[in-house]
Amino acid sequence: MRLALDVLTIVAVSGGAFFFLAGTVGMLRFPDTLTRLHALTKADNLGVGLVVVGLLPQAAGPREAAELLCTWLLVLLSGSVVSQLVARTVFATDRLGDALARGPGPPR
Amino acid sequence: MSGAVVFGMCGVAVVGLGLYSLITNPHPLRKIIAFNLVGSGAFLIFGAVARRSATTAFSGDPAPRALVITGIVVAFSATALAVALLLRLFDAAGSATLGADAQSSTADDASGR
Amino acid sequence: MSIQTALELVLAAVVLGLAAWAVAARETSAAVVGFIAYGLLIALVWVALGAVDVALAEAAIGGGLGGVLLLSAGARLRENEKRAAAERPGAGARLAAAALSAMVAAGLAVAVLRLPTPAPTLAPQAAANAAATGMGNPITNVLMAFRAMDTLLEKFVLLLGLVGVWSLAADRLWGGNPGPRHQADPLGLLAFLARLLAPIGVVVGIYVVWTGADHPGGAFQGGTVLAAMWLLTMMAGLTDTPPVSSLRLRLVLVAGPGVFLVVGLAGLLFGAAFLSYPAAYAKPLIVAIEVAMTLTVAATLTLLSAGAPEQRLER
Repeated sequence: MRLALDVLTIVAVSGGAFFFLAGTVGMLRFPDTLTRLHALTKADNLGVGLVVVGLLPQAAGPREAAELLCTWLLVLLSGSVVSQLVARTVFATDRLGDALARGPGPPR
Repeated sequence: MSGAVVFGMCGVAVVGLGLYSLITNPHPLRKIIAFNLVGSGAFLIFGAVARRSATTAFSGDPAPRALVITGIVVAFSATALAVALLLRLFDAAGSATLGADAQSSTADDASGR
Repeated sequence: MSIQTALELVLAAVVLGLAAWAVAARETSAAVVGFIAYGLLIALVWVALGAVDVALAEAAIGGGLGGVLLLSAGARLRENEKRAAAERPGAGARLAAAALSAMVAAGLAVAVLRLPTPAPTLAPQAAANAAATGMGNPITNVLMAFRAMDTLLEKFVLLLGLVGVWSLAADRLWGGNPGPRHQADPLGLLAFLARLLAPIGVVVGIYVVWTGADHPGGAFQGGTVLAAMWLLTMMAGLTDTPPVSSLRLRLVLVAGPGVFLVVGLAGLLFGAAFLSYPAAYAKPLIVAIEVAMTLTVAATLTLLSAGAPEQRLER
C-alpha cells in the first residue's frame, strides 16, 4: 500500500513537472503576451494541481491534506485573476496604440 | 561539500554581484536593488553560519536566524525610505540622477513646492 | 555527490543566475522582475538551510512587499531610463569596480571557508531555557525573550523609517493620504479578488502569528500578510489610504513599541532587569506584546509601501 502511494506521488509530481516545463517553454517561445499567458495557465492549474495530488498521499493527516488543497485553490484564484488583469491591460494598451497610430478620425 | 558551504559561497557571490552593480549602474533604482542584493547575500552568509552547527537534534543555531529576520525587516524599511527619497528627487528635479547636472534644477525648487 | 548536494548546487546556480540577471538587465523593469524572482527562490534556499521562519519572512517581505515597492517605483521612473543610461561609467571604471567586488567576495569566501569547526552554537542553550517562556519555537524565543532588546530597537527603527518617508511630503500635502487614489472599477476583477482574498489572508496572517509560538511563524511574518491584504484592498480602490494625521493610525503605529517599552520598564521596576519577564506571566506578556507588534508591523509595512503623502488632506 505504501509502495503504491509512493509510486502515485512520483508519477503525479513528474506529471506536474512536465506541465511546468511545457508552460515555461510556451512562455519563452510564444510570440506575444496573450499567447504566453495561455501557456502559463497550463503550468498554474495543471502543474500545481498534479503536484498537490502527488503530495496528498504523503500528507501527515486530513488537516495537512486540506491545507495542500487550499494552497492549490488559492494559486488558481490569484493566477486566474492576474492573467485576466494582464490580458485586459494588454488588450487596452494595444487598442490605445492602434488608435494613436490611426490618428484623429471618426471614433470606432 | 555540505549545504551550508554551498549556500555560503552563493551568498558571497551575490554580495560581489551586488557590490559591482551598486558601483557601476548609474540608475538610482538599480543601485537600490543592488543594495538589497548585498544585504540578501550577507543574510545568506548568516544562514550558512547558523546551519553549520546542525545536528540531528537541532536544525541549526537560532540566534543568527533571528538576527536575519530582524535584518530583513530593517532592510525593507531602508529600501522604502530610499525609494521615497528617489521619488521625491524625481518630482522635484524632473529626473532621477545622481549626476552633477541635477543639482542646478533642484535649487529652483527649494521652496518645497 | 548525493542527490541532496546536487539539488542544492542546482538551486544555488539558479539563484546566482537570477542575481546576475538583476544586475545585467538593460531595462529597469526587467531587473525588478528578476529581483522579485530572486527573492522567491531565496525563500527556497532558506528552507534548504533549515530556517523556515526566515523563509516565510523573506518570501513575504523580500519578495512580496519589496517587489510591490520596486515595481511601483520603476513604473513611475520610466521616463528616466535614457537619462540614466547616458551616465554609464567607462570601461576602466567598470574594470576597477569588478576588481574591487572580486576582492571583497574573495575575502568573504576565505572567511566563510575558515569558520571554526566544530561550529559554535547557542541551540542547546536556547532549548534548555525554553521552559522560561513555555514556547516551542527557538527563534520566537530568541526574538521575544532572549534578544528582546534587538526586537524592541527594531520596532523603533521601523517607526523612524516611516517618519522619514512621511517627512518627504511637500509642505502643502502634509497630513494628507499617502500614494495616489486608486480608481479601480468597484464591480471589476481586482475588487473581486480583494473582496475574496482579503478575508482569507487576514485569517492566514493571524494564524501565522498564533502558531509562531511553537511552529515556524511569528509576528513579523503574520503582520506582513496582514499588510499585503490591506495593500490589496487599497489597490482595488475599496478603501483609501488613511491620512497620516489620523490619531487612530498614529496610536496603532505606536502601540507595538509602546507596549514593548512598558513591559520592559515594568521588568526594570518590579523585576530583575529591563525586559525581564516574571516567570509566571511570561507567556501572556509575550502574547500581548506580539498582538501589539503584529498590528504595528502590519500598519507600518503598509504605509512604508504606500509612500509619502500625495493627496491633500480633506478638511
